[in-house]
Amino acid sequence: MIVKAIKSFRNFREMNSAKQQMNSRRYTRSKFGDFLILLIVVLAGLFTMLPLIYAVSTSFKPLDEILLFPPKFLVRRPTLENYIALSSLLSDQYVPLTRYIFNSVFITIFTTIVYILISSMAAFGLSKSKFKCKNALFMIVQFALLFNTYTLSVPQYLILSEVKVIDTYWAYILPQLATTLGVFLTKQYIEGYIPDAFIEAAKIDGAGYFRIFFRIVLPLIKPILLTLLLFSFRDVWAFIPQGTIFSESIKTLPFLMSQISGGGIARSGSVMAITVIMMTPPVIVYLISQSNVMDSMSSAGIKE
Amino acid sequence: MSRIKNKRLHNESSLKEQWPMLVMMLPFFTLFFLLTIIPIISSVFLSTTSFDLLNPIKFVGIDNYFRMFVTDDSFLTVLKNTLILVLMTGPGGFLLAFLLAWIVNEFSPTTRTLLSFMFYAPSLCGNAFFIWKIIFSGDSYGYLNSILLSLGVITEPITFLSDAKYLMPIVIIVQLWQSMGISFLSNIAGLQNVSNDLYEAGAIDGLRNRWQELWYITLPSMQHMILFSVVMQIQSSFTVSAITTELAGYPSVGYSVDTIVSLMTDVGTVRYEMGYAAAISCVLFLLMAGTRIILGKFLQIMGK
Repeated sequence: MIVKAIKSFRNFREMNSAKQQMNSRRYTRSKFGDFLILLIVVLAGLFTMLPLIYAVSTSFKPLDEILLFPPKFLVRRPTLENYIALSSLLSDQYVPLTRYIFNSVFITIFTTIVYILISSMAAFGLSKSKFKCKNALFMIVQFALLFNTYTLSVPQYLILSEVKVIDTYWAYILPQLATTLGVFLTKQYIEGYIPDAFIEAAKIDGAGYFRIFFRIVLPLIKPILLTLLLFSFRDVWAFIPQGTIFSESIKTLPFLMSQISGGGIARSGSVMAITVIMMTPPVIVYLISQSNVMDSMSSAGIKE
Repeated sequence: MSRIKNKRLHNESSLKEQWPMLVMMLPFFTLFFLLTIIPIISSVFLSTTSFDLLNPIKFVGIDNYFRMFVTDDSFLTVLKNTLILVLMTGPGGFLLAFLLAWIVNEFSPTTRTLLSFMFYAPSLCGNAFFIWKIIFSGDSYGYLNSILLSLGVITEPITFLSDAKYLMPIVIIVQLWQSMGISFLSNIAGLQNVSNDLYEAGAIDGLRNRWQELWYITLPSMQHMILFSVVMQIQSSFTVSAITTELAGYPSVGYSVDTIVSLMTDVGTVRYEMGYAAAISCVLFLLMAGTRIILGKFLQIMGK
């Protein structure tokens, strides 16, 4: 019953925003402005996309095409040999390629799931609990948005070594879990989309807070959860811990990437191949979540 | 008397009833205090000491700060580099993210989705900046070199990544390339949420073109969103370090692109001079927080 009510409330909001988009063509548009905008789009698009297209194309080039002078932008006889060469590049190391892939995939998925869970629970508390200190806490969280895992890496180092997690998976996982972006975004979203009255009504129906959160709130805030999925996945997937990982057997793909890119031009095919491997999962996650991300980010504003 | 009793009764029942909220908030906030708040506070304390993780902590007063600003040339160099990077990629990245988001919003939903992906892709693929290493590679097979050579612009390949003259512009280009991140997405979402009624009212009030519309209607309605993207931009531009270390190595030629974060990482996690590293991180926190507060106030004044 309540879920239905909230859903119809959300649909109403979505309809409103859809209506806004329909008549986006307004009176204030000139031909010259249209041209200028098209020009900027084309230039910016070329700037952002050309390197990526070049990477994909080069990753499929056979060696003689890579060494061709002058070089061709696009591949003519595509081959997978750069991808196959990746594992043989590592054959003199005792850690096989699959190990890096496993580490990356495991760490990213585990961290992202835990991150989404603890961030949304904390955001629910910040938004709907009756603790007096919650506003002060939220101000601190909001201010801490400023600091990412790279800024805090050295101050965190001492704590991480104190709790004995240096050179373990936890050195990847814990720093990401402590970032505040997820709590911030989710709290703003809950505030915007789930009125207090719904929580009160559910309480009168006899539901406890756990039940309210897992049964009612979580399904309703799916768009923001998918947004967190994207941001967390992207950050953890690319994360290179600073000075906290030493063992080759627990290193992830980004480490491997920087090792391989140290080699000369003959390896550029392999560098591009591993770049493409690194690019693909975030792109897939983005394609899955993008419409939700666009919906949910509009509540991200910082009010002071 | 009865009022006090009532209040206490109310408080008691509220804690009794609110405990699930506490349980849900606990995991995140434990990690947040452990890995964000405590590191920040402890670096203030550590910055007045000499500590190498092995020998006992020794109090040294302001020696670390004296060393930083007076005796150690490298700090002033990285400070200068960081500030140049922040000035070029902070406002530049912000304006680019806003401008492109605004432009993307002028298109129909389908085109909008495609364009957002194109602009967001470099930031989405976190480590994709490795591509630039191949593009700027210093021998005649580097993509840019071979183009310039075959066009006859140059006769000798330029060693872009080991020439202090080229490094800073290259890092700025690569950072701008990746700057269409979270702030870009939030700007798109925020722009979609500016009410159409406002635009219609503006058209009636005589706004003649889209630039006036942008200045008088869009920007004022986006104030909170803009503060959010400003914070995200400060976060990313002050902490550029992976790009410089991977493209130019650490230390880079003539220390031309090393940043505060790369120096801090080196001092802290390679040389284990924790006291000095803590002092550097305190200066970094102050710089970032100061910039954040000033820009927040500035936006508040602009909003009125």
